[in-house]
Amino acid sequence: VATADTAARPLPARRIPVSQWLLWIFGAILLIATFGWLLKEFIGSPSRFIEVSLIGVTNGSIYALVALGYTLVYGIIELINFAHGDNFMLGSFETHSIVTEGAFQLPLYPTTLVLGIPLGTTAVAASSGTQRAYSIAMALFFSMLLCMTINVTIERLGYKPLRNQPRLAPLITAIGFSFLLQNIALIWKDASPQPVPDIFPQGNLISTHGVTYDWGAFIVIVITIPLLVVLSWLVRSTKAGKAMRATAQDQDAAGMMGINVDRTISFTFAIGGALAGAAGAIYAMYIGNTKFDLGFRLGLFAFTAAVLGGIGNLSGAVLGGILLGEIAALNDAGFLFNLGARWTNTVIFSILILILVFKPSGLLGEQVPEGQ
Amino acid sequence: VSTRAARLHAPDLRSERTRKWGLPIVVIALIFAYPLLIENVSFLNSLFVGRLGIDMDAAFQMAVYVMLALGLNIVVGYAGLLDLGYVAFFALGAYTLGWFGSGLFSTRNVHFLDVGNNAIPGIHLSFWVVVPLAGLICAIAGIIIGWPTLRLRGDYLAIVTLGFGEIIPDVFRNGDSIGGHNLTNGVRGVTQLDRPGFGESINDATGGFFPDRYSSLPDQLKPWYYTILIMVLITIFVNLRLRDSKMGRAWIAVREDEVAASAMGVPLMRTKLWAYAIGGVFGGLAGAIYGSFINGIFPTSFSFQISVIVLVMVIVGGMGNVWGVIVGASLIAWLNFSGLGKLGSLLNDAIPGSAHDVEITKYKYGLFGLLLILMMLFRPEGLIPSARRKAEFKEGDEAFLYDVRSE
Repeated sequence: VATADTAARPLPARRIPVSQWLLWIFGAILLIATFGWLLKEFIGSPSRFIEVSLIGVTNGSIYALVALGYTLVYGIIELINFAHGDNFMLGSFETHSIVTEGAFQLPLYPTTLVLGIPLGTTAVAASSGTQRAYSIAMALFFSMLLCMTINVTIERLGYKPLRNQPRLAPLITAIGFSFLLQNIALIWKDASPQPVPDIFPQGNLISTHGVTYDWGAFIVIVITIPLLVVLSWLVRSTKAGKAMRATAQDQDAAGMMGINVDRTISFTFAIGGALAGAAGAIYAMYIGNTKFDLGFRLGLFAFTAAVLGGIGNLSGAVLGGILLGEIAALNDAGFLFNLGARWTNTVIFSILILILVFKPSGLLGEQVPEGQ
Repeated sequence: VSTRAARLHAPDLRSERTRKWGLPIVVIALIFAYPLLIENVSFLNSLFVGRLGIDMDAAFQMAVYVMLALGLNIVVGYAGLLDLGYVAFFALGAYTLGWFGSGLFSTRNVHFLDVGNNAIPGIHLSFWVVVPLAGLICAIAGIIIGWPTLRLRGDYLAIVTLGFGEIIPDVFRNGDSIGGHNLTNGVRGVTQLDRPGFGESINDATGGFFPDRYSSLPDQLKPWYYTILIMVLITIFVNLRLRDSKMGRAWIAVREDEVAASAMGVPLMRTKLWAYAIGGVFGGLAGAIYGSFINGIFPTSFSFQISVIVLVMVIVGGMGNVWGVIVGASLIAWLNFSGLGKLGSLLNDAIPGSAHDVEITKYKYGLFGLLLILMMLFRPEGLIPSARRKAEFKEGDEAFLYDVRSE
């Protein structure tokens, strides 16, 4: 009977549920506490803090390269490519082979035929600067090539036939490939950690006020930045990049505009694979150690980085990678609530969960998961 | 449809029932008789124990995995939530036994209906109390984990559950000094766990049929076997009843089309949360008895691989189909525990010369991965699919979708 009265009233503003408020308050407290703690640690020991942060940047750029592969693939076909981390690991194995043995261990690639110069263990250790640079370049090239091939092959065999299936079907295949690649690595080398001989120049680049920065870390950055520039150019300014962006927006429409969708997706996987290969090569040469089950954990870290930056967003993946590298390094050094290295996994996975729950679009995100 | 036509098409209930339940009941009876069969029939012994390697120990572990797979079937098969961290519940169940049924907290001295040596310090509740407690704790954990995360879309949910599957064993690993307390004994793990048992008076009254305290001697594993079988039977019963319940139909609706289900009035969060929590309960129950049987709980035994193996079981068998999942789980568990080794030696014997010998168990995870890929590519509905699931994978078979009875 009071219709006239109620109709006149303006619509109430959309209420945000209490649970949402609580979550936000919890998140804010957590952020403030973290920054406060970090500030305290920085004031306590500034030189060590800076040194640890520099390590974070170096590790972070490796995460960033792997994260880019996740984000590229997710951006275009909305698939979490589980096998990506293991692909990265195979890249590091390839580099291990090249640096220690001089080439592929597979009989298909006779050492001297492909590489020209034999690069045996002793040769690397005693070699000149040019030879070192040459073998670094070879390791990068072949690791990128290998990972690119693997990624494209996986897409063709495992993901493409399932493109119109329920979303979880290719995800399950991806887990299968992850296991398969790990097992291939296990057969290729061994279950034991594989040491990679020093190939980066040793010693410190900068050493002042108790802060040291070594050559290896510098070279990691020197390799990473051009890769990022090339990637950015590829996506922004080339026809293939334009096709990629169009396919990511709308596959059907892109197809109608004459874009070869299949080839574009393959191309995306190729780029992602190449970046993973580069990351694998850098990891093997900088960390000096690789193992067959390395890819699972590092892949998840990199995925977290991609989610943190906003999955589907390229700059986001780089930002997320660096941030995550920082968080991991700071925590390893005990700068994060005195937790220490043994809690790093938990910290990273908690970040993954918190980001997905609070802000699934990430820091710079474009793609928002449905149902939010 | 006229009444006459309806009568003509009405199924003959009795033959229907025989068809539906005849085979399962015969198989279940045979499985119950299995220890007696391999003990008394030498031919069966040489086949099953000698050739296939299914002794009582392997049979018990297979049954544990069947139970895990049935639990995951509720989450993945019915509700369509891809859970990659199912091992977390398994771990939590096992650690519940560690907390309430071992000498871990040696400063306490609590005994409640426990069997064995009452002089051992620590919290010792009766095993029959700890098992339901493990289920309860896992249900609560499922709700706590699920509440913020279950609103996420499928693949994000998979990643979040994977995250929890990694965090929980990590917490157990680092749990030896949380705020100065030793809650999990860290990497050293919890050993000397309480075993099930019925106490001396029942033991004497039944002539040892219900033993005082279960023995871990290899020739006395029958009580363990029957206990896990009864737990599996309960799991099967719950699976079947849930599938046909209102909740089960809501799960299937959510799995097939979340938006449509929501529009039809299915409460999404509550429905998913129930699936997640109930799935967790069975993981916890299995974890508790497994921990007791193995007599040692270590954080390293709860790896991502276990989550994936259980997932492989559900997928190979046929998501959503109880009998399919049981077959798939038995098959994969057998391959996992003894089958691959047996097949490997068979293969190596077939090829003369020891130079070609392959250590097939080394390729275990690779083979499981390959199996996942091949199943998804060529038979995504599993070996024994549920008709409904099959229809979801094969688009265009609309008629199938409405024939609920054919499950």
